[in-house]
Amino acid sequence: MTEILHARDLHKSYKMGKSRLEVLKGLELCVNAGEFVAITGASGSGKSTLLHILGGLDTPDAGYVEFDGRRIDKFGAGQLNRFRNKMVGFVFQFYHLLDELNVLDNVVLPTMASVGSLGWPARRKKARKRAVELLEQFGLGERIKHKPYQLSGGERQRAAIARSLMNEPRLLFADEPTGNLDSETGNGILEILGSLNHSGQSIVMVTHDERMAERAGRVICLADGRIVG
Amino acid sequence: MYKLKLAIRYFLRRRITAIAVAAVALCVFIVVVVMTVMNGLVSEFRSKNHNFVGDCVISTDSLVGFPYYAEFIAELDKQQFVAATSGVIRSYGLLTQPGADWNLGIEIMGINAADHIGATGFAKTLHYHKFDPENAFIPAYNPALVGCVVGIDLMPSSRDRSGEYYHSQNPPRYELIISCFPLTPKGGLARAGTDLVNTLSFFYSDDSQSELVKVDGKMIYVPFEYAQKMCGMSGETPRISAVHVKFTDGAALDENCNKVRQMWRAFVEANKDRRYASLLENVSVQSWIENRRSTIGPMEKEQTMLILLFGMLGIITVFVIFVVFYMIISHKSKDIGILRSIGVPERGVVELFIYFAVIVGAIGAGIGAAAGCGVLVKANDIEGWLFATFKYQVWDRSIYAIGDIPNKIELHVLAVIMLSAVAASVVGALVPAIQAARKRPAEALQVNQL
Repeated sequence: MTEILHARDLHKSYKMGKSRLEVLKGLELCVNAGEFVAITGASGSGKSTLLHILGGLDTPDAGYVEFDGRRIDKFGAGQLNRFRNKMVGFVFQFYHLLDELNVLDNVVLPTMASVGSLGWPARRKKARKRAVELLEQFGLGERIKHKPYQLSGGERQRAAIARSLMNEPRLLFADEPTGNLDSETGNGILEILGSLNHSGQSIVMVTHDERMAERAGRVICLADGRIVG
Repeated sequence: MYKLKLAIRYFLRRRITAIAVAAVALCVFIVVVVMTVMNGLVSEFRSKNHNFVGDCVISTDSLVGFPYYAEFIAELDKQQFVAATSGVIRSYGLLTQPGADWNLGIEIMGINAADHIGATGFAKTLHYHKFDPENAFIPAYNPALVGCVVGIDLMPSSRDRSGEYYHSQNPPRYELIISCFPLTPKGGLARAGTDLVNTLSFFYSDDSQSELVKVDGKMIYVPFEYAQKMCGMSGETPRISAVHVKFTDGAALDENCNKVRQMWRAFVEANKDRRYASLLENVSVQSWIENRRSTIGPMEKEQTMLILLFGMLGIITVFVIFVVFYMIISHKSKDIGILRSIGVPERGVVELFIYFAVIVGAIGAGIGAAAGCGVLVKANDIEGWLFATFKYQVWDRSIYAIGDIPNKIELHVLAVIMLSAVAASVVGALVPAIQAARKRPAEALQVNQL
């Protein structure tokens, strides 16, 4: 299988008052194309920090991440923005939709951001069509004009998944995607992620719930800043 | 596109933006109203001073005056750039009335009415001779008498608090006795027993309202030849105090004044061997602005001070906007994290908040300008109503030589004020926007905001 992501010797620490808390201690991780990897661990074990570093939202103190064989710490600002916009997608625990925009605009946002004001009129129709298709695929066809606060938690997370897929990313990062949902709704979200993976989408998911993690193809356990299993 | 869309949504959904809009609107309102009134006052004051002296003044500070003026005026009148000239006698004197036991120190201006209305705005200051200013010294009640034009504030009980001057339908018959201090060409007081006359009776023919307090409260205009005689400036070598000049092209003021200056230097050189030639050396050629500098200067300084004060007000506005934007942007930390996580560059985040600031600034400036213009248009009505209802005036017209409150809105000034307000909003928003955009996306996404 083709290797899509490789984290090498990642270190990360945070200042806690006068001392420093080491979260990652030389972590190594490899993700292949088409894989569904679940990262588990106790609360505070550094799962989210790891996901942020893998997705270019944060930087390690030492070590680096390779995406398609290229080190993302060597990317310029423009390359890093394009990486976040086109190569990866994020699903967060708290959905992180913009309250000021309706569901459709939230989903379309990554494409809007990538084309700029001048390019948007030419792409608008196609982008909205894809957004509507994604929303219909996730059962939100009737909710496209609603604001995020008018949706249930599960609906918001489905909208967030639709947004993350808008630019057809190579790799999808999901940070506790069911952490804020009840069990039944959470299962629904996992089914969506599972079906996406079946259709070829590479996924890295962070969860503290081992039952949820079992749905993934590979489970990695994080403890004391290293992978232990 | 998303930037403008989000900026508009932020503007509509955040109530705190109303504070920023109000701050900008209030500042623009105050600046528009005060600057328009102050600019109007300064502009009117300059215009009144310009009307009083014409474009250029050739004058001496000495009360003795200077000779050979007729030759120089003749030379000036030949020049194409000169539209009109007026020889003027200026001195001091005492005013009294027949049988009165009082006298009053006054300034005397001897003029030829026909010449002076060409060189200055004298005609516009008259009341009874508005339409025949050349006859300003002819009393309507007896044309055979020698008339004088009196500064309007010298007239007894001439004005009420609303600023209105009383004028009877026909000019009243007043006899005014004016005494001067005739001086010899060497500056000594002319001795009694010569043919010099220092006291004459004049009859009120009109009054002059230049709207310059010192002029209207002190000045009496008399016919040129009488003033010359009373001041000891007639005789073998007649003298004069000043020549007022009106140019054909008022726009080329400095250029034309330089031409007159050169002509005067040549004239002094050509006449240096004549009797009393030393008196020519004390003569200066000044534009009306230079001539009235001591009068206009303080008001212009006040205007500069006011601009500085409003500059400080602008800084306060920028600070208020900065605080408001800091709060708004702090609350939008999560949104910034979301935008950065989907690949929006730092510049895009800054632009989003600049759009937001432009909307706040433009709407605030629009509201402030509209309110300011509304108040200015109705300023005189409002003051009239305040006076009628509460006897309150912004300026007591019995003290200040102000007619209506100046309310002419200058579009370029309005545009500068509004653009400055928008720029102030952008400056206020820029620092917190840049700070927010520079956060690491992971840090911005943390929910623990301000």
